[in-house]
Amino acid sequence: MKVTVLVRPKDGILDPQGEAIRHALDSLGYPIGQVRQGKVFDLEIDVETREQAEALAHEAAERALANGVMERFEVVVA
Amino acid sequence: MTRVGVVTFPGTCDDRDALRALSLVGAEGVRLWHGDDELDGVDGMLVPGGFSYGDYLRCGAIASYAPIMAAVRRFAEAGGPVLGICNGFQVLCESGLLPGVLRPNHHGRFVCRDVDLVVQRSGSPWTSQAEAGTTLCVPIKHHDGAWFAPDDALAGLEPQVLLRYALNPNGATGAVAGISNEAGNVFGLMPHPEHAVDGLVGPLGGRPILTGLVELARAGSAVTA
Repeated sequence: MKVTVLVRPKDGILDPQGEAIRHALDSLGYPIGQVRQGKVFDLEIDVETREQAEALAHEAAERALANGVMERFEVVVA
Repeated sequence: MTRVGVVTFPGTCDDRDALRALSLVGAEGVRLWHGDDELDGVDGMLVPGGFSYGDYLRCGAIASYAPIMAAVRRFAEAGGPVLGICNGFQVLCESGLLPGVLRPNHHGRFVCRDVDLVVQRSGSPWTSQAEAGTTLCVPIKHHDGAWFAPDDALAGLEPQVLLRYALNPNGATGAVAGISNEAGNVFGLMPHPEHAVDGLVGPLGGRPILTGLVELARAGSAVTA
């Protein structure tokens, strides 16, 4: 089962990487107001059902892939 | 002699400085490996700086799942003194042994310089009972060194804030440089006390902090002995 976990900085959390990227895009002439950089984790999970895959990915994201103090995550089952 | 364990993870680079600094403040440093399950009967623990596991995922995150961290957790829960420096601070935050998290510096640059730290609480063992307002000059060297906790959590954590930057170098919430757990036996800071113990090569502001760890370790070993 293929599952994707998307991790993003929480709203209001300063994202210096996103800001540096916005500056770079600005210098290329793109009028982009804000960039927020996150992470994508593509997981291959060996279970039977979508529900099991989603639950397992959710648990892994909560325990490891995201830090809930500053990040939020989303689980997408393919 | 009081024995203090120093963990080496793959990518740790300040372990040897920590071992030398411990010997300068009267303790025996004991080398411990990230794959160890036991702490070799040490009286205190030091989790040093560096770039454990290449800072993959988040700084300190992967190290927090290493076998030795389960032993460090048991040691901390039993009241043993644990000091985390820089990456070690990040590891302790990611382990949940300390509150908050370290995020990238607000200006996006690596900083490497001596800074003044202001002692926040008089009589803390972690600063060798220094008076509040005392400044300690200690170097920092980090890219992801801005301690962060949500504003609504900060007020409740105030009694645990032991060191603040005189001038905030990285955008840390509340200019926090070092914070302890609620019980007070676990302490972490981004600045490097182990690089500030020898007047020949730098400031001496690290001595009260490392001496604090050694005194706590000595007191603990006297209790259990």
